[in-house]
Amino acid sequence: MSHLLEVQDLKVKFALRFGDLTAIDGISFTLDKGERLGIVGESGAGKSVTGFAIINLLSKPGFIAEGKVLFNGKDISTLPGREMRRLRGNRISMIFQDPMMTLNPVFTIGTQMVETLKAHRNITTREAEKIALEKLRKVHIPSPEKRLDQYPHEFSGGMRQRIIIAISLLNDPAIIIADEPTTALDVTIQAEIMDLLQELCQEEEMGLILITHDLGVVSQVTEKIAVMYAGKIIETGDTQTVVNSPSHPYTQGLIKSLPGALKTGERLYQIPGMMPNLTAIPPGCAFNPRCHLKEEICVKDLPLLKRTEKGIMAACHMI
Amino acid sequence: MPYDIEDMKNNTPILTIKNVVKHFDISGGLLDQLKFKNGRIVREKTTVKAVNDVSLTINKGETLSVVGESGCGKSTLARVVMGLYPPNAGEIYYKEDRIDQLTHKEMLPFRKKMQMIFQDPYASLNPRKTVKQTLEEPLRFHNPKMTRAAIHDKIMSVMKQVGVDPAWSSRYPHEFSGGQRQRISIARALILDPDLIVADEPVSALDVSIQAQILNLLMDAGRDRGLTYLFITHDLSVVEHISTRVAVMYLGTLCELAKTEDLFATPAHPYTRALLSAIPRVGETRPKNIKLKGEVPTPVNLPTGCVFHGRCVYADARCKNEVPKLLKLDTGTFVACHAVEEKRNMD
Repeated sequence: MSHLLEVQDLKVKFALRFGDLTAIDGISFTLDKGERLGIVGESGAGKSVTGFAIINLLSKPGFIAEGKVLFNGKDISTLPGREMRRLRGNRISMIFQDPMMTLNPVFTIGTQMVETLKAHRNITTREAEKIALEKLRKVHIPSPEKRLDQYPHEFSGGMRQRIIIAISLLNDPAIIIADEPTTALDVTIQAEIMDLLQELCQEEEMGLILITHDLGVVSQVTEKIAVMYAGKIIETGDTQTVVNSPSHPYTQGLIKSLPGALKTGERLYQIPGMMPNLTAIPPGCAFNPRCHLKEEICVKDLPLLKRTEKGIMAACHMI
Repeated sequence: MPYDIEDMKNNTPILTIKNVVKHFDISGGLLDQLKFKNGRIVREKTTVKAVNDVSLTINKGETLSVVGESGCGKSTLARVVMGLYPPNAGEIYYKEDRIDQLTHKEMLPFRKKMQMIFQDPYASLNPRKTVKQTLEEPLRFHNPKMTRAAIHDKIMSVMKQVGVDPAWSSRYPHEFSGGQRQRISIARALILDPDLIVADEPVSALDVSIQAQILNLLMDAGRDRGLTYLFITHDLSVVEHISTRVAVMYLGTLCELAKTEDLFATPAHPYTRALLSAIPRVGETRPKNIKLKGEVPTPVNLPTGCVFHGRCVYADARCKNEVPKLLKLDTGTFVACHAVEEKRNMD
């Protein structure tokens, strides 16, 4: 059976003066209907670039160097701009981090929603408004009729993010890619938005790719997780298995370093050092300079993703 | 921090905040203030009521965290404490001395004792000063008689303590990563050997693995130097890990003040309950968060009575009209809520 989305050995490079910089180095994953996948990692791990690469929204000098992005079995990474635009915001939508930056401040949200609909479908403004109202209701915006005529600054941060979700839903997409959708929001609002996304995936059988640095959010919302480090997926599998008993030393370190697992005041576990700069990724396993299990082979050979006895995939020589 | 819980029995307040009020006038010029109402032109001022009647004490050696959502006035409170904003009303005491009405000159000895760490390590370091220049400025300013050698030694020892290689002292901030910069900010705060450190979201801009490093550093420095922390943050798992006591703020008002264990085990105020239930925790699937109705009102037009009543499921007529007072429960927790006071059923 073909997957809804299948990313195969994707490589994204940035053409810079001193040569190509590899931001994503051969990642593969799949997403099925109604499935929720979390991509986690620290800043610079390549998680956002992955999201942009899927909908081919990489801005120059970034480009897809190798690999395929199969949407319903068809490679969309090589589609010409025109055809890609037909998919983007239609079959595959993206939600960004900052809700104030994504909405145009000088148009009412009604105008922006109608515009999105008309770009993809041949319908009248009145029909478009009806769909817009329905979607606003779906994301639980109170009295949506009044809200259509309001400008983005008249909404709170949480409401704006709901509107953005409503806009991304307008054309009933098959996949939503959410890039840190709640990082700019407060915890109580974050919980509401996450509930909403989860509800939508279940009701509409939408696939969700949630890109975030917050392991707590991922563990609550997603079924499948991919942990990225320096442009590679280093561990992937069932979310609960990975967060409860991580296999890769990096994932283990990340989970152990979270406050909350320990008693108050105890020293937190710390992973020494920091993620390498993409221009200077160490040979062998990229994590080797920070790893406490490091042996000779880690410096020489690149570890590949292998299935562990827990049923998840991890890229580490020591497993 | 808990290693000081023994000390806490002495309960010597290092800082006392009494009924502090801070409002910001945002009405602009005279013409902006004129409004047309009931057929006449009236002049109206618009104020943001950031902090309303907050009282707290911070005891020596403890870590008091102030939590709340954006706009609840927690950062304003920190800045009022530091003397960066003058309060509109209320009193602030450092040990026994009142410090909120001092002149700039009178304030100087207290500035040495109270230092601040800011959220964004990219914005809080001067990009045109080397690490050494950044660190020596407060030393020279507060100790004009200090010799060059002594200044140098002090800088080297503090840099070592915060984990920045002293050999890098002639580098500029842009040459450091976010975590390293935050270490330099901490070094700047520690260099005057303060008693109290006010840390405003010191780890919010950092990645998880770096966050753990910085929290460890703050806890170590607290232990080694016997520091007292006023910790401002919105991250409740950080709060749970490092604080002795927690103050929960909502819309400029203190709603609950409790020992950390008590607050997380048995939150009393309905807002605290909702806030705690919203923390995403690793290893839990289904969020069982308590939903709040409505939205946070603006601090320009504060609701009457209890500021939380519009979003509270337990609110009644009394909550709408009467401002709840901080009430001490048997557990030692302070809470401002009519529902708790009347023992309304809240399950």
